[in-house]
Amino acid sequence: MRWVCLLFPRLALEGALRRRPDPEAPFALIDGPVARQCIRAANRAARQRGVRPGQALGFAEALINAPLFKAPDAAPLSKAPNSAPDRWSRSGSSQRLETALFDVDSVERWRRRLATWAYGFSAQVSLHYPHALVFEIASSLELLGPWPRLEARLRAELGELGFSHRLVIAPNPAAARVLVNVHDGLAVDDTGLESALATLRLDRAGLASIDSDRDILQTLNRSGFQRLGELFALPRSALARRFGGDLMRHLSELRGEWPLALDYHRPTPRFSRTFEFDQPVHAIAGLAFPLKRLLQELSVFLIGQDAGVERFRLQFGLEGGSVQHVGIGLLAVQRDPDMLLELTRAHLERVRLEGPVLSLTLFAPRLSDYAPTRRELLEGPARQAQAWAALHQRLVARLGESALRPLVEHREHRPEMAVLNGAGPRARDASAGPSRPGWLVPAPQRCDGDVVQLLAGPERIESGWWDGGDIRRDYYLAQWVDGRHAWVWCEPGRQGWYLHGWFG
Amino acid sequence: MSGLESLLDSRQVWRAQTGVDSDRGEAVASGHAELDALLPGGGWPSAAISELLSAGAGNGELALLWPVLSRMTREGRPIVLVSPPGAPYPAAWRRAGVVLEQCHWLDVQGREALWATEQCLRAGCCGAVVAWLPQVNNRLMRRLQVAAASGNTLAFVHRPLAKVTEASPAPLRLRLHRHAELEILKCRGGFAPSRRIAFGGGT
Repeated sequence: MRWVCLLFPRLALEGALRRRPDPEAPFALIDGPVARQCIRAANRAARQRGVRPGQALGFAEALINAPLFKAPDAAPLSKAPNSAPDRWSRSGSSQRLETALFDVDSVERWRRRLATWAYGFSAQVSLHYPHALVFEIASSLELLGPWPRLEARLRAELGELGFSHRLVIAPNPAAARVLVNVHDGLAVDDTGLESALATLRLDRAGLASIDSDRDILQTLNRSGFQRLGELFALPRSALARRFGGDLMRHLSELRGEWPLALDYHRPTPRFSRTFEFDQPVHAIAGLAFPLKRLLQELSVFLIGQDAGVERFRLQFGLEGGSVQHVGIGLLAVQRDPDMLLELTRAHLERVRLEGPVLSLTLFAPRLSDYAPTRRELLEGPARQAQAWAALHQRLVARLGESALRPLVEHREHRPEMAVLNGAGPRARDASAGPSRPGWLVPAPQRCDGDVVQLLAGPERIESGWWDGGDIRRDYYLAQWVDGRHAWVWCEPGRQGWYLHGWFG
Repeated sequence: MSGLESLLDSRQVWRAQTGVDSDRGEAVASGHAELDALLPGGGWPSAAISELLSAGAGNGELALLWPVLSRMTREGRPIVLVSPPGAPYPAAWRRAGVVLEQCHWLDVQGREALWATEQCLRAGCCGAVVAWLPQVNNRLMRRLQVAAASGNTLAFVHRPLAKVTEASPAPLRLRLHRHAELEILKCRGGFAPSRRIAFGGGT
């Protein structure tokens, strides 16, 4: 058994930053009663200006708006700090501290989302430890390559998502969790576990959570213990007698002698996520960034589930409380974020916003099985078929399903019905009937003066008396005034020529 | 003679040559023997746009293109018609040898037609793309020409007769006269005879 522990030290901040168009602008999470709000966490740009957790909000804003020291990239102060903020379209040289309220629930939400992501690597993902994820990886290592490669992949994907992290791999979840307190990138196996744990200081060894009534850490410190190794060296019976069974059990868990029953995370088979805007968005173009973020998250979710989507829904929360729904249907199951973004954009080009948008929700109620096709493996016809499927999808996404039409031959004598309305059963026998023009004009047009000569005909078409659409016409191949070949008809015994097609 | 040499050396006079860039692109046989004999490479320039100028539908444009289109569909390659002048009559297309399952038509106009044409050309998976684009100008033709070259796709663009006098980046320009007669207006890498050529039309 090998357990990975991922610790997310800045989950709340980085989760909030994912919703900002410019994560490099000074930004902080604030907390506390309205009258005395203070900084809970700040991003790098804000920390560089001296913003620290615990500062009063007013003080932090002053640091950003009017720095006492000259910051290297300080913009002129003429930009009044309380001019109307246009947060959405603000560029990176912003001189204002952007803030959002610290939300405990959002930390848990992001942790569950990351657990869903980790589900792609392991079926045993646990949210047992706060701020962290643990998951068993031994059974997946065979598939996902040796640990260094998997580690690089985990880190790359988390970097893409924008979450800083520390990770450790150890033989059991409890040891992985305490080792990640002081290590990053440590990989220990059964033989190295004891020594790795032994050097751990007691205050970093997760002892505080053992017993909330007694401060066991203080007791141990007063007894002169500094590191875990000193406890391991004691006889177990003496340890249990002096400090109680709970500490014994904790130490056994760390050494992997006491199995730990964890609840495993089971992702929900639905995806629903919302992006809320600071300012109303008036144009589809303004939705590009949130859409990209949500589709990236959808893609991560789908990969974790080993699934794809065939259709999903966008819900625009409009000013005034109403909701506009846009259904996005794909021709094939997809999960590649770039492909999803391109197809969604093409769909949205035909959509008109019914009002200013305050929030965007992406809702995928049903997932579909996804069979990845590796492009580089395909050759010849298969590759071409795939390229055609992609082109087909792109055309339909933008132009609508009805624009791209197949040619279907129906067994029906009336030209309008055979070509335009698709009536009658499909013709199966490829019998050579009478000559037909390559083009059919959508509706017959009166054309009395334009025909100079009849070249062939007549062919009587008389059909449809049973469904009320009966016709009785004599069709001719005719020469047009400029030498073109047309398909014209007249009704027997009546005046008037009608153009109905062209022999191209 | 020396006077001619010096003129050539000073690059004031260019000597017409056959096959100057015959290695540039391959050609796809048109299926009309007389036309193939005249076109450089022996057929339609593949990976390029062939421009067809006509007064409208009914000039034998399908009789001209059906041989190559039907061959493409029989090879299992899809063909796309973009904003054709009428609805394709399946019976006639089938009789011309076209595999109908591989034939698609896009009923769109204006900007969308241009967009769709470019997408089809760039995708590189279509056997041929045939587009009717009366609105297209020289600049857009150049864009489509680049798309056809990058997607390595055989392309035909139909334009109205009014565009005959305009310059065009297409390497091959044909004018359709009365039914089943054509005139080569321009063909890069070959000589265009100034006579009308009858191709095996007949309906």
